[in-house]
Amino acid sequence: MNVPESLRYTSEHEWVRAEGADGVVGITDFAQASLGDVVFVELPTVGALLEQGQTFGVVESNKAVSDLYAPVSGEVVAVNEALGERPELVNEDPYGEGWLLRVRMTDAAQTTGLLDADSYGRHVESEQGT
Amino acid sequence: MRSYNPQTASDIEAMLATIGADSVDALFAHVPEGLRRRARLALPDGLTEPELRRRFQELAATNDASDPSAVFMGAGAYPHDVPVVVDHIMQRSEFATAYTPYQAEVSQGTLQSIFEFQTFVALLTGMEVANASMYDGASAVAEAVLMARRLRPKRRTVLVSRALHPHYRAVIVTYVQGLDDVRVVELPFAADGRIDGRVLERELTPDVMCVVVGYPNVFGVIEPVEAIAARTHDAGGITITATPEALAFGLLRPPGAMGVDIAVAEGQSFGLPLSFGGPGIGLFATRQEHVRAMPGRVVGETVDAAGARGFVLTLATREQHIRRERATSNICTNQGLCALAVTVYLSLLGRRGLGRLARRNVAQSHRVAAALAQRGRARRFGGDFFNEFVVEAPDVAGRWEALCRETGIVPGFPLGRWYPELEGTLLVCVTEVHAERHVSRLLDLFDAGGERDVAERRRA
Amino acid sequence: MTLDEPLIFERGASGRCAWDDGGTDDAVLSESLVRDDDLAGLPEVGELDVLRHFLRLSQWNYSAATTMYPLGSCTMKYNPIVNEAIARLAGFTGVHPLVPEAMAQGALQVVADLEEALRAISGLQAVSLQPAAGAQGELLGMLVIRAHHLANGDARTRVLIPASAHGTNPASSALCGYGVTEIQTDERGLLAPDAVAAVMDESVAALMVTNPNTLGLFERDLEVVAKIVHRHGGLVYMDGANMNALMGVARPGDMGVDVMQFNLHKTFSTPHGGGGPGAGPIAVRDLLAVHLPGPRLTRRDGLLAWDADESIGVGRVRSFHGSFGILLRALAYVLRLGGPGLEGVTRMAVLNANYVRARLTGAYALRYDGPSMHECVFSDRTLGDKGVTTLDVAKRLLDYGFYAPTIYFPLVVRGALMIEPTETESKETLDEFCDAMLAIAEEAAREPALLRDAPHHAFRRRLDETAAARRPRLRWSPANPL
Repeated sequence: MNVPESLRYTSEHEWVRAEGADGVVGITDFAQASLGDVVFVELPTVGALLEQGQTFGVVESNKAVSDLYAPVSGEVVAVNEALGERPELVNEDPYGEGWLLRVRMTDAAQTTGLLDADSYGRHVESEQGT
Repeated sequence: MRSYNPQTASDIEAMLATIGADSVDALFAHVPEGLRRRARLALPDGLTEPELRRRFQELAATNDASDPSAVFMGAGAYPHDVPVVVDHIMQRSEFATAYTPYQAEVSQGTLQSIFEFQTFVALLTGMEVANASMYDGASAVAEAVLMARRLRPKRRTVLVSRALHPHYRAVIVTYVQGLDDVRVVELPFAADGRIDGRVLERELTPDVMCVVVGYPNVFGVIEPVEAIAARTHDAGGITITATPEALAFGLLRPPGAMGVDIAVAEGQSFGLPLSFGGPGIGLFATRQEHVRAMPGRVVGETVDAAGARGFVLTLATREQHIRRERATSNICTNQGLCALAVTVYLSLLGRRGLGRLARRNVAQSHRVAAALAQRGRARRFGGDFFNEFVVEAPDVAGRWEALCRETGIVPGFPLGRWYPELEGTLLVCVTEVHAERHVSRLLDLFDAGGERDVAERRRA
Repeated sequence: MTLDEPLIFERGASGRCAWDDGGTDDAVLSESLVRDDDLAGLPEVGELDVLRHFLRLSQWNYSAATTMYPLGSCTMKYNPIVNEAIARLAGFTGVHPLVPEAMAQGALQVVADLEEALRAISGLQAVSLQPAAGAQGELLGMLVIRAHHLANGDARTRVLIPASAHGTNPASSALCGYGVTEIQTDERGLLAPDAVAAVMDESVAALMVTNPNTLGLFERDLEVVAKIVHRHGGLVYMDGANMNALMGVARPGDMGVDVMQFNLHKTFSTPHGGGGPGAGPIAVRDLLAVHLPGPRLTRRDGLLAWDADESIGVGRVRSFHGSFGILLRALAYVLRLGGPGLEGVTRMAVLNANYVRARLTGAYALRYDGPSMHECVFSDRTLGDKGVTTLDVAKRLLDYGFYAPTIYFPLVVRGALMIEPTETESKETLDEFCDAMLAIAEEAAREPALLRDAPHHAFRRRLDETAAARRPRLRWSPANPL
């Protein structure tokens, strides 16, 4: 299971990559594998305001629906339009082409409160054990 | 004891041995004795098959009005001729006793026929996409309102035409009563039987999520849907049409061509018997852009592992078994076998037959309306109509039940029961089933408020 | 040989028509009102084309009449053919719902008789036959509960639902404006009084239960649980989907249930029809009867009649009087079997389920070992290390000529396989089914690819549901044929 070192993670299996004042957000490799084939992603519109920990959308596979939780607060400045035609990008490249949205963070320091790669890896292992 | 159970005494003995139980009773030992004692069913013993059939034949025989060609009523349930092939297919156990087609590989018969059904509904309504059906026209329009709420989440007002069938209006109100943020406002009808345009103008505020109009409406009158849809769109709302007489789609401009967002209908006219009002079938169609907000099951095309074309239930994540409390609806079934009947019926009538049948209905109903007008029975509403119209006849409406009993003819439905302001009028429906001899008896009945017909029968 | 068959739209020839009963091409309405597409796209086929088309399609279906359907919670029992004959009597099919009641006494008697039978079976006092499906009955039942609390000036906000419940339960609650609080089942797989007491208070409108629950286990603490709910002014709603296990054994009204829905297409043998039509009548305790929708059946001048005030109770959920054709079939079933026959149904349904459980336990992991009623639930624990899933087992069963059990429900059991044989399957059929399941378990160990690529012998190989959902094609189109 792929858990890139450079990212920060939530316990709900979202990742965020800081790029200056922006955070790029997506779901992890573990999440996409658990969901199965992603068929649809419901995302907010550009301009929407997110609050850390609140739901901002939904990712659907054939058999499940999963809420998406904002890892950071901020304004949505871009969404991945490609997912409309090709939701499978989330499965194929969850940390790259399968990104979900870009947020102008209100407080970049929020990322330090999230899990690092090691902690997230341990979190996943403990979840899988149940 | 009457039963369909196949277990013999030795079967039971062998099964108990495998289970390791002493008796069938022992399998229930964990149920509290108090409950078991009180649970003996207070029902009579069962019947043999011949006894059962006789019992129901007697019951059926006490229904005097079982000759549809003497019943000139629609009002949401329409008498039509049904080709025998329709019921023949509905009786195929492979269709009738199949389950919901979750295991698609062994349900392609059901799935392909639903895909064909969805196509028919989309073609007839002029819409891009349709679902696998809802329970009936009334619950379909309620679901359409819930869908409009999902599409316009910041708006609270539902405008409903008073000339929409009262059962449909009632079900909308029932379905939204648990939702704090919805208010239903009724739009009155004008002297011509259509929505009062001035009131619509006044009520079309930015708070309106949708406008619901019958097409044709309960009076059989054809509303100016295109204009209504245009005004509703200007106000940012969703337009919903509801068509209790689906045969109208065989002739009238389809809702999809007039800017309507969601078109629903009752499909009973397409091959389902009257059967005292049910089961029916709700047709539901909408635009492609709204498909993820659409309730109900939907079948989609795909391929199998060998590359062959096949069909599956799809977009299931909108539904209750996955979304649970965030589902688009709580609906868990479609009308399955009824959808099949509709599909077979529409296949038989097809492009040539459906339009001709619709035109014949219009020709018949207009002929009878004209004949009644000649006899001094004017239409209440002057607008264009399909196969139903409203006549003024206080004498006939006032003695309706007695006249039905005395003559064996049902001369329309007394609208005063649904609309106090229309007391003394009758909603008359004429379709292809109403033979000439019954039409002339109908006209005679109106001629003398039924008196002459009764007197003639007494002399005969 | 299994014949393939295109869409009906891909068949036929221009000008062909199977049904032209003297219609007319004459213009009858002004042009601005009529469609101008000439119904393009509708098929032009003959009668034999249509018959052949649908008969071929029928051959591609498994059905309960042709093979066992061990679908848990669906009660796929034998649908008696005599019910079909009765439902087609012209004296029933030809009756318009609005004729004067004096002319429809036979139909009204059917309604009255079925209401009475359901009262007796439920142990409750008032019935509405209006709802067109179980889910609609559930919605109606929850609206009745809501109306009851409102009438008491006591608007409550939550509903308690076990985690094992059917998805319609929370969906229907949400439609009534209620929030859902989930209760976990205990280690027995049951609803424990402590768990209910911990979350029960005056904000809770109702507890929704299924009995037996979706694990096939009798909720033996239901009476105690109901008292806890009632003590705080709440009501108990029971999902009656599993009534096949209760007839002659326990009446919901005796267990503290206040409202319940029946599924006539389950316990009462009306056909599933490939997804419907069903019917979902509800029964309620007498204090709630005032909230049932109109019109209600009554007597007037010695005749059965509808009471005049339609706008009573919580309001209609469908047009006219309900799915009458389905009500008719259910009544025929009840009268045919009678009290003793219905009790016999439950006894044999539970015997059959326990027999299947005994034969399959070991090869499959029984999740809860409390006594099973009419269905049993296995998990995927014995499959995981072989790289096959519950879905693979289900698909492989199709190759053996059986329909699959209910899979992945209830959600509380991982990879659930829920098996309900019903009472109408013979011991030989149960043995064939169990033999197949055991063979599949053995294949899972020896040759798992057989399962993963199943089905091999059905009309279609495994279908790509992902492709269907990602790029939905939901209809044929004349401009863009498949």
